[in-house]
Amino acid sequence: MKIKIFGLVLALLTALVPLQTADAAETLNGAGASFPYPLYSAWAYAYQKATGVRVNYQSIGSGGGQRQIVERTVDFGASDDPVAPAQLKKDTLLQFPAVIGAITPVVNLPGVKDGQLRLDAEALCRIFLGEIKRWDDARLTAMNPGLKLPGKEITVIHRADGSGTTAIFTHYLSETCNAWKTKTGEGKAVQWPAGIGGKGNEGVANYVKRTSHSIGYVEFAYAKQNKLASVSLKNRAGNFVEPSFASFENAAETAGFDANKDFHAWLTNAPGKNAWPIAGATFILLAKEKIDVNKKTIQFFDWAFEQGDDTARKLVYVPLPPALKNKIRAYWKSKGLSP
Amino acid sequence: MAVPQKKDPLDRLFMIVTATAAISVIVILTGIFVVLLSESSLAISRFGFFRFLASTDWNPVTESFGAATAVFGTIVTTLIALLIAVPTAVGIAVFVTEIAPDFLKGPIGIAIELLAAIPSIIYGMWGLFTLAPLMAQHVEPFLQRTFGDLPIVGALFQGTPMGIDIFSASVILSIMIIPFTASIARDSFNLTPAVVKESAYGIGATKWEVVKSVVLPYSKLGVFGGVVLSLGRALGETMAVAFVLGNNHVITASLFDAASTITVTLANEFTEADSDIYLSSLFYLALVLFLLSFIILAIAKFVLLRAEKRYSR
Repeated sequence: MKIKIFGLVLALLTALVPLQTADAAETLNGAGASFPYPLYSAWAYAYQKATGVRVNYQSIGSGGGQRQIVERTVDFGASDDPVAPAQLKKDTLLQFPAVIGAITPVVNLPGVKDGQLRLDAEALCRIFLGEIKRWDDARLTAMNPGLKLPGKEITVIHRADGSGTTAIFTHYLSETCNAWKTKTGEGKAVQWPAGIGGKGNEGVANYVKRTSHSIGYVEFAYAKQNKLASVSLKNRAGNFVEPSFASFENAAETAGFDANKDFHAWLTNAPGKNAWPIAGATFILLAKEKIDVNKKTIQFFDWAFEQGDDTARKLVYVPLPPALKNKIRAYWKSKGLSP
Repeated sequence: MAVPQKKDPLDRLFMIVTATAAISVIVILTGIFVVLLSESSLAISRFGFFRFLASTDWNPVTESFGAATAVFGTIVTTLIALLIAVPTAVGIAVFVTEIAPDFLKGPIGIAIELLAAIPSIIYGMWGLFTLAPLMAQHVEPFLQRTFGDLPIVGALFQGTPMGIDIFSASVILSIMIIPFTASIARDSFNLTPAVVKESAYGIGATKWEVVKSVVLPYSKLGVFGGVVLSLGRALGETMAVAFVLGNNHVITASLFDAASTITVTLANEFTEADSDIYLSSLFYLALVLFLLSFIILAIAKFVLLRAEKRYSR
């Protein structure tokens, strides 16, 4: 009896082993930022159907993505904040943007609809610093003559977990507001001078939805899904713009992506006339010496650049402008990695 | 001829298997400690021990880290949760063992055990979507109106009630630990010999007197053991707390302010900790929790042992 069970277990084990190794042949393993995860999964699904190559992307966060590719445990890493060229050189990495996203401040103010509240960078900064404490502060009412802002305290809501979203948002505040730069600074996580922290975009969206007179910041997709009221922001050109595909694309077109700097660029405070000021690209990192693997990775992204724009828009991401895509293709070529 | 009973191979195998299982606990525990210590060595050498514990800084930008805020949140939420949970749990246990009619005992007992089986993420979601609005709109404004103007105590109830704060987190925690305390208390109450109880009733004691003077003294060690067990759970609880605590690295007097605990900080910040010192500080924080739990459980065990000694005398 015992021997029978033993034999059965052994047979089962030996049967399982080949199953695990069979599909390892054509798989690309990537890991990193959670923001592009839904898009990369959708792309990967379609790509596998079209070519048979499986792309396995794990959403472990930008910091994790950077660490994994530095340690060469994945085929490609993904990060929401660009890695500086010097650091790339040190870790022998290549970098290029894959898709663009935007962050929008969202408010819960009774009677104030989507896009109605106007803010400039200075006001946004003072609110998140906790210096503008009430909605009827003169600095806010002056900018919003048509709105009746309530005499209530502002509840600031920020991210509790480290995130690329916060990195882009705080980069924008540091870039446009000196007080923020000196007091708080920028990063994936910062020491927040005011407010409470929600976990993830969904956490912030939920807190804002539930808390009257609150303001938070989320990826644009979450603002739309949760039907939160976005804010109109004053951009560098001096115009108040609402978050939309048009204003994001304008930001992407006017931001200075330079292949010589491995596309290291922030899309915040872009100079375009209608540019949304808090946009950001999400990046792919490659291990420079792994030519064969990189070629496969690049084939995937080249395919995505050609076929994946509609999927991206459906999932509320902004596809890269065609000119930028060509710049990236030239960059691949210059590194000996034509798809 | 002596029968070589001791050398029965099956018995030996049995001994080896059970001993391995038992020793593996110690090996794993030591292993975790060593890993935590080595991973946090960078932060230890940068911040020292007492400076790390005393510093309220948690600033990833300037890379200056301290554990004070997280330790504060951990201890305060745990204490308040125990304050709410222990009396409630003891009450439940008294009712179930001494007062409830038989047809109620079963359902209540099962309900308590089911409460313990709910995963903590469910508690977190429920806390965020149901409890927090309830707290923000009714409970906290009421507490604020009632106690807010009192001297000293009033400081506990300041701020805008948002339902995402120390108070809500503690209430959730208390609900999560009630089943542990209650079922252990119930089991220890049941151990009170019926003869003793009946003698007490026989000389005319009321139910309250029996519970107070016979059942509780007889079973207080067991109840205390249950409290210690729930203390361990409350110290380490992560997901449920992360949803309703507000995740702020501050030390605050008001129960209506957001705070953070050690485990919540780890869960929130581990994935995106990009600099070495940041990561190392998170490991250091875990080490602090390890030591904190160890010390608290050691004290509890010590008290338990002393009480047992006195009791047996």
